[in-house]
Amino acid sequence: MAALLKVDHVTMQFGGLRALGDVNFEINEGEIFGLIGPNGAGKTTLFNCVTGVYSPSEGQVDFSGQPITGKRPDQIVSIGICRTFQQIRLFPNMTALENVIVGADARHKTSIFGAILRSPRRKREELEAEETALDLLDFCGIKRYANDLGRNLSYGDQRRLEIARALATKPKLVLLDEPAAGMNPVEKNGLRDLVRKIRDNGTTVLLIEHDMKVVMGLSDRVAVLDHGEVIAEGLPEQVQSNPKVIEAYLGSGAGGTAGGPATGEPPTDDPIAAPTQGEK
Amino acid sequence: MAKERDLRSYMNNNYPKTSERVPDGVVKVGDPLFKGWQAIGYGRYLVGALIMLAIPILIDPEIIPALEGVDSPIPFIQGGFGIRVLVVTGIWILLALGLSVVVGMAGLLDLGYVAFFMLGAYTTAFMTPSGGADQFHIVEWPNVAALPFAVLVCVLAGIALGIPTLRLRGDYLAIVTLGFHEIVRQTANNLTITNGSRGIPGIERPDVGLPLSLGGVNTEFGVLSSHTYWMFLLVPAIILAVIMIRHLEDSRVGRYWTAIREDEVAASAMGVPVVKMKVLAFAIGASTSGVAGWIFAGYATFISPNNFPLLYSILILAAVVIGGLGSISGAVLGAILVTGLPEVVREASGGQTIFGFDPETGRIAIFGFLLVVVMIFRPGGLLAPRRRRIELSEASAAEGVIIDESAQPSKDELEYAASIHEDAQRKEGD
Repeated sequence: MAALLKVDHVTMQFGGLRALGDVNFEINEGEIFGLIGPNGAGKTTLFNCVTGVYSPSEGQVDFSGQPITGKRPDQIVSIGICRTFQQIRLFPNMTALENVIVGADARHKTSIFGAILRSPRRKREELEAEETALDLLDFCGIKRYANDLGRNLSYGDQRRLEIARALATKPKLVLLDEPAAGMNPVEKNGLRDLVRKIRDNGTTVLLIEHDMKVVMGLSDRVAVLDHGEVIAEGLPEQVQSNPKVIEAYLGSGAGGTAGGPATGEPPTDDPIAAPTQGEK
Repeated sequence: MAKERDLRSYMNNNYPKTSERVPDGVVKVGDPLFKGWQAIGYGRYLVGALIMLAIPILIDPEIIPALEGVDSPIPFIQGGFGIRVLVVTGIWILLALGLSVVVGMAGLLDLGYVAFFMLGAYTTAFMTPSGGADQFHIVEWPNVAALPFAVLVCVLAGIALGIPTLRLRGDYLAIVTLGFHEIVRQTANNLTITNGSRGIPGIERPDVGLPLSLGGVNTEFGVLSSHTYWMFLLVPAIILAVIMIRHLEDSRVGRYWTAIREDEVAASAMGVPVVKMKVLAFAIGASTSGVAGWIFAGYATFISPNNFPLLYSILILAAVVIGGLGSISGAVLGAILVTGLPEVVREASGGQTIFGFDPETGRIAIFGFLLVVVMIFRPGGLLAPRRRRIELSEASAAEGVIIDESAQPSKDELEYAASIHEDAQRKEGD
């Protein structure tokens, strides 16, 4: 299989802080790739390097063989990478449908003059965007909230809406940053099905997740990041029994006892990832 | 067409009203006034044309020879003074419309908007014969020829200011635009070509051709000198600006602006070219003030830096906020209130003081008071766009969603409920 995304010796330095040091991995087309690691390991920094929020200090990121380092976030979206956020970042005062249409707009070409003069293309694209958006809301199981404002959706549905919005840009690779954070077990089950469905529809998935059950159950391959470095990579089972991984998660004392301790919940959950937006 | 109708009816039939506060079947959240307008269909162009013709005639029936000696039915505007107020109000409506794109739609706080107005007016002055003095113009073209250049200069200035500054956010941008206004004003105050603070006198009026000279009693041949005739320029300009902004709002461009206002980081991650869209908002906003500046230069025939004080930038912003941020009809109403109302009050008071206030000097104080009252009782503005209204009503509404009891659960809703039930059982079985 061809590598869709190639992270090549990426280093990210913030002043004296080395958030990522020489990270290498490849994601193949059509797989679900899990990225795990303790808090502060650099997972989200890596997302930001891939999606153009940061430009890595060293190294480069290739997508379908083309270097994408140094491009703006919106250019990277048009190349075919889209992401969700660890802390939900919807457009809270736009309806769910409008949120998704903004994503779909990334594929459209109506110019400012086309918009002012109401060109036929604008009309075609508006209809197309609405249809795509409705289909995607349906795909993510939140179609009945199409006309509700983004911020009125429940926490789990907001996460789904973020995914729908990202998918609307028609990405080849979608980056999900802790999609299961703050979800209850039922919602987590639904999310697992959704992520599989996304992959089955031909979109490659890069998944950051703290919930071991979710990430191990879903991922075809897993990479473990600790202190900005990849300490393990491979099949979920291999990674789970890797002594370095166990050490990173449970401390050096547990390093010798190989086996399954890493399969449980991680010792700490990210406090920022806890639900903060409303109590619904 | 058919496809669109299908989709809408699908929306109406398949989406139960989960909340009374979100109107039924609404796909896009836009300006309420335009819904009725759209419903007229293509007849709206005819209606628009009629309004354009009717307004000047209502203001001054004497421009139709047959109606000579008839007074205007509108109170306060008989005689030159009232009409002058209307012309100034029209110019301010154009300004408020432009600023409402920048501040209301894209969410960029621009405190120096009048700088663009000033650039439009000075561009016109430089390009038309003025006051017999050669040094105040670059070319001597007819006034009408200056219009595209006035707009172009403003758009370019918007882009030139936007590219370096629109990386800044919120407060910083406000300070930079404030500075931009002062830079433009002080430059005009100190250059020879602008005649410094003495200003440029005798700017030529636009000659818009024969039709307007036909019936007039108080017009020079074809030249817009009667105050009323300016309405033939202002009303179409306002209507065109409204249509332009409305069409932008209801397109990918308008959605991008809203997205940037809502969450810039998320917008950029969804493929919105943030800086480009912000510069575009600046340019569109500047374009209407270019038209306004052109009209003002020809109308006043004299411009000096004192015509463009900082206070005007603030007042236009106040107009946009009072009318309703992001609302087109609100911007129009706000401009009418800011310019027209104080004059009406002054006229009505007949030079008397009201509650110890001289309406002439105290109008800004009255205005400040009005602004505070509006912000307390209608925080979204007098004609808030629907999106803001929903936002604000929800903020103050009681907790809990009002469920429409009559709406039957849809098929997928039932399926979803069933799946949740299954999930829960599966979970229990674990």
